Amino acid sequence: MPFSTLSDLKARLDAGETTAVELAKQYLARIDAHNGKLNAFVDVDHQHILEQAQASDAHRAKHGPRELEGLPIAIKDIFCTQDGPTTCCSNILKGYHAPYDAHVITRLKKAGAVLLGKTNMDEFAMGSSNETSAFGPCRNPWDVERIPGGSSGGSASAVAGGMAPAALGTDTGGSIRQPAAVCGITGLKPTYGRVSRRGIIAFASSLDQAGPMARTVKDSALISSVLCGHDSGDSTSVADAPDVDWLKACEARDMKGLKIGKPKEYFVDGMDAGVRSAVESALAKCVELGAEIVDISLPHTASAVAAYYVIAPSEASANLSRYDGVRFGHRCENPNDLLDMYTRSRDEGFGDEVKRRILTGTFALSSGYYDAYYLKAQQVRTLIRQDFLDAFEQVDVIATPTSPIPAFKVGEKTDDPITMYLSDIFTIALNLAGLPGMSQPCGFVEGLPVGLQWIAPAWREDALLAAGSAYEAATDWTTKAPKGFGGAA
Amino acid sequence: MDIDVHKVAMLSRIRLTDEEAAHLGPQLANIMGYIEQLSQVNTEGVTPTAHPHDVAMPQRPDVVSNANRRDALQRPAPNTESGLYVVPKVIE
Repeated sequence: MPFSTLSDLKARLDAGETTAVELAKQYLARIDAHNGKLNAFVDVDHQHILEQAQASDAHRAKHGPRELEGLPIAIKDIFCTQDGPTTCCSNILKGYHAPYDAHVITRLKKAGAVLLGKTNMDEFAMGSSNETSAFGPCRNPWDVERIPGGSSGGSASAVAGGMAPAALGTDTGGSIRQPAAVCGITGLKPTYGRVSRRGIIAFASSLDQAGPMARTVKDSALISSVLCGHDSGDSTSVADAPDVDWLKACEARDMKGLKIGKPKEYFVDGMDAGVRSAVESALAKCVELGAEIVDISLPHTASAVAAYYVIAPSEASANLSRYDGVRFGHRCENPNDLLDMYTRSRDEGFGDEVKRRILTGTFALSSGYYDAYYLKAQQVRTLIRQDFLDAFEQVDVIATPTSPIPAFKVGEKTDDPITMYLSDIFTIALNLAGLPGMSQPCGFVEGLPVGLQWIAPAWREDALLAAGSAYEAATDWTTKAPKGFGGAA
Repeated sequence: MDIDVHKVAMLSRIRLTDEEAAHLGPQLANIMGYIEQLSQVNTEGVTPTAHPHDVAMPQRPDVVSNANRRDALQRPAPNTESGLYVVPKVIE
């Protein structure tokens, strides 16, 4: 059970072989047994979860099943939920209870899903290792000495450790795909504008996008089909986005005629040799399935990390100005005056990485520096977008490693922010370009999972799903699960 | 790169203790040093990105959609009174 796919659970529920209440109890028992080691969940309300499951069983009995009827889905602590705390794993939001549900939470509830607690993450989604969380680091089930990736580390660890069949994450520079890769699961970041951001605590508004983290491509598609769609409450939610037949795309079993771009900038010296060889083997498998590999170049790739670390912190510095100790969140004791209240509340509430990014963004936007940093970065962003547009004149999809390295040890990289920032070197560019991307498991390096990243043109998630489904069906990586947590590795 | 971290912190409305400033100041300088590489990219005549896609901003009917939820929205506030947010004295 713990490593069942969402699709299998759905089939068992539909066949009457199990109930939502039974499933909820089974996953709660897994959480009780393993969360102490993994720290993947930061809030689990047993009673509320069982109530949701009972309501789902009652709905099924009376009206028949909805799209996700009775399926347990864990939620990253960045999504506002009316029930229970929402903290973004920051001390500044300690004890915060959101007065409304995020739009995508409403969608999950309307589809009959059972929300299975809140998962650990880097504070305000700023990190690549889940080490900046106010709740302490989350662990990777494949090796509990190692990081689960970030920022959606708790969601990845929960699914990989068999404590949830699927989870929601968010991805600003790789925060769904990189943890999915290093935890050996599948993670999909939809096209910017496909999923409403309303009620998702904002980090960098021109980059943030929510998506599923699950055991298989099809499970990711199933959740995406519910999450995606226009929301008039988010001005960046695109109203006339081309539709995708999410589940039909997952029926692909070969790659005949598919042109896969292999960008030379994503296969470089300095990346882990084992990661490189796993991804090269995956591409060889794609050729067996009928694909043609085309060598391409995305010439501005090397500037993506620098452009991102101007744009994301700039937007963050504006977004996080709302934590002022007035309307919600932490307020310091006995402020002398208003300024003291602002500055001390924010010093006490924010962790180091969040402060670093607010300072970086504030500096980049400060008087006299705007043209040199923010404007320049947005111009480089145009060049990065153009690189992808040019590449997609030649190829249908692009395949790369998701992360240049497998999971590293907790504490190994915390001293040098720039080394940490470079963990996202292969995931950041497509956020800047607003494109959809997906990571799926494609092998192991010394027992640690490796991820294969697919990139498609805007609104062509079906191309990711088709390529990913054909690859998944021809390999057995999704059947692997960590031995330490009851899997057959 | 020479950055006055106390000035940036004040613009950010974050108090920095001397210890924090000693630690975060050099890191901020390193990060900006890394970002400096952008100056080598030729961006002459390149339009800055305003939105990742060429799409029109959607419009919605001009009707009131938000009900009065003052009490619910104020519940998370540290200090309120008679529906108002209470803060330290602003004008001496």
